[in-house]
Amino acid sequence: MSDDAILLSHGAGGERMARLIEEVFVAAFDNPTLGELGDSAVVPAQAGRLAFTTDAFIITPIFFPGGDIGHLSVCGTVNDLAAAGARPLHLSAAFIIEEGLALADLKRVVASMKAAADEAQVSVVAGDTKVVPHGAADRLFITTSGVGMVAEGVSVSPARAQAGDAVLINGFIGDHGLAVLCAREGIELDTPLQSDSAPLGGLVGRLLAAAPDTHCLRDPTRGGVAAALNEIAERSGVCIELEEAALPVREAARGACEILGLDPLHVANEGKMLAIVPEAKADAALKAMRSGPYGEDAARIGRVMEGPAGRVQLRTVLGTRRIVDRPVGEPMPRIC
Amino acid sequence: MCLAIPMKVEQIEGPTAVVDAAGTRRRVHIGLVDEVAVGDYLLVHAGYAIERVDEAEARRTLDLLKQLDVEAP
Amino acid sequence: MLKHLDEYRSPELIEALRRELAALGPEPSNLMEVCGTHTMAAARFGLREMLPEGVRLLSGPGCPVCVTPTAEVDRFLAAGALPGVILATFGDMLRVPGSRSNLEGERARGVEVRVVYSPADAVALARAEPDRQVVFFAVGFETTAPTVAMALAEADETGVGNFSILCAHKIIPPALKALAVAGEVNVGGFVLPGHVSAIIGSRPYEFLAREHGVPCVITGFEPADLLRGALMLLRQRREGRAEVEIEYSRVVRPEGNPRAQAAVERVFEACDAEWRGLGTIAGSGLRLREAFSRFDAPGRFGLPMPEPFDPPGCRCGEVLRGVTQPPECTLFAQACTPEHPVGPCMVSTEGTCAAYYKYRRTEEPEP
Repeated sequence: MSDDAILLSHGAGGERMARLIEEVFVAAFDNPTLGELGDSAVVPAQAGRLAFTTDAFIITPIFFPGGDIGHLSVCGTVNDLAAAGARPLHLSAAFIIEEGLALADLKRVVASMKAAADEAQVSVVAGDTKVVPHGAADRLFITTSGVGMVAEGVSVSPARAQAGDAVLINGFIGDHGLAVLCAREGIELDTPLQSDSAPLGGLVGRLLAAAPDTHCLRDPTRGGVAAALNEIAERSGVCIELEEAALPVREAARGACEILGLDPLHVANEGKMLAIVPEAKADAALKAMRSGPYGEDAARIGRVMEGPAGRVQLRTVLGTRRIVDRPVGEPMPRIC
Repeated sequence: MCLAIPMKVEQIEGPTAVVDAAGTRRRVHIGLVDEVAVGDYLLVHAGYAIERVDEAEARRTLDLLKQLDVEAP
Repeated sequence: MLKHLDEYRSPELIEALRRELAALGPEPSNLMEVCGTHTMAAARFGLREMLPEGVRLLSGPGCPVCVTPTAEVDRFLAAGALPGVILATFGDMLRVPGSRSNLEGERARGVEVRVVYSPADAVALARAEPDRQVVFFAVGFETTAPTVAMALAEADETGVGNFSILCAHKIIPPALKALAVAGEVNVGGFVLPGHVSAIIGSRPYEFLAREHGVPCVITGFEPADLLRGALMLLRQRREGRAEVEIEYSRVVRPEGNPRAQAAVERVFEACDAEWRGLGTIAGSGLRLREAFSRFDAPGRFGLPMPEPFDPPGCRCGEVLRGVTQPPECTLFAQACTPEHPVGPCMVSTEGTCAAYYKYRRTEEPEP
């Protein structure tokens, strides 16, 4: 292709668009279903329960330390399927491209999506492309939808947490949100932190094999661990108590949080999965997570109690307690 | 208004210094503190060093606190 | 390991301090902190649980963000409506209410709002966008004013003409004086702000001890600092003393930081200022001196001071002075909630009203 930037005509349904689809998307995603370019992807049905999810990705900047919007869009949807206890199977990807986006950038994003999809063992079987005028989108928005199958006997739900359960997480929190925030203009902290963007289908598979009666799974993205656990505490009508000393936070993340006045529990993660399991299965669940990728630093971070219902609280390093609220708005650097 | 943390001076370049807190770093302005040296801990607020941490006083404070611990029944 | 930070969070030291405090016996008294960062620290570490029976830690008017009046926010938003203007602000200000909207709301309507960590970043933004005007919301107490003074000096020296500020800085000692003079609450001791004091030293507070007989301790922000500060205050009371002591000696000198004071003196002068919830306090604000007046955004753009707007029914002033409890305010948990705050006590995520709301919601009394 001679054009080095995406133009409105690339979205107009004509020759240019057909070439863009073939040379960028079909070539990269490389699977026979997509290659057919039918109006819909047709895949074999399977017996059992289907999990179905969708998510839109609007992150800016589109390339950030440790990841990009493409990788995020595949992992985000794969992880939502995994959080339902499903084995992810197929994805669709709809692109809204701002006129003027460099073709090289689009190719880089798509290559990243392919890499994530391969790792997650899913294929992108359907897609859409629109180009909007300059200013109508912030470089690139991607919406991914996904389907997966939930195995027999697996029944995870945010309403299933029970007093006595253990609260587990697969690794360090805060990396993604901090990596993106520190890179922002006007903040510019120099940090070794990288986005933890990762597909967790394999991790969840191991976990469910060791603890099929896992009660809850949730990926703590926007709003961090705080938002995710508040949701579960409310839906299940329980109290969740976290141990500050047990929270896995990298030293550099702690430093960044102290400088900016942020709470690591409020910061977004893109490669993390919270699991609430019956206490009897906690050790086996941890062992299963730790035995493979993205779970080496898995830890027990808290427990579920009877009440007060709907509350998430933290036992601090001093042994005192405080409430953990959902953050109001996106975590921003403070001076106060 | 008061969010400021001690950060260690790694490098000095004219009116600025690169300071570090557990691996996260930032260039800050040091014009409000005199005679800054590499290895100093500076109190950093909103991208400026506003004071130097007095190591001797810090040690004295911790010793006083540890005394309380020792004297406890 | 964060040096000069983590040592003051050692559970053993904290436990020793708690025992010392308990050994003083029950002692009904109100200690008041006047710094938003102290409010946050006390909440973050659950420090109220560690104080002896009867000792209450009150939150005074110490959050410069939260006491920024509605009219000032409206004025800043008005600047944002001008063509070619980029508003630069500390993150804290995004949700502080104006009379109709706030920064976050206006950003959604297309006003360009950039959050910065440092005033220097706002100047750099102006340098990077020579065809735009960058207006910075200069909020904060004496800890922040020197940083803004330095940024202005830099803009001045390097010819960054497209940078200006809306000066909303406030200074603490006049507000403390107003509190002491009002005398409604029996403040048994002031936990004085450690970082403000790193700049201004201990002398500006002497009048509290000498003229009003109130014990004062300049306190740091880590758990060990706060508990030791409380211990020093309660000991002063026990021994019938009223002095200004420095707990945070590793950073605060009696004379403060002369360089920082000079930087502020050069650029700013004192003026009267309105505090959300408290009204106008004489000499409690800063404004730009004549020599730097070209950096004054209201002057440059002809921004009139909007009418003061006191939300009817808001009792933050009384809550900040410690005379009223949140549920006694008719707006509490009705028109005024953490999602739609009216006054500073709810704007601050750890303000008296926000904290009360949070604990009340899950049906347990505030600890």
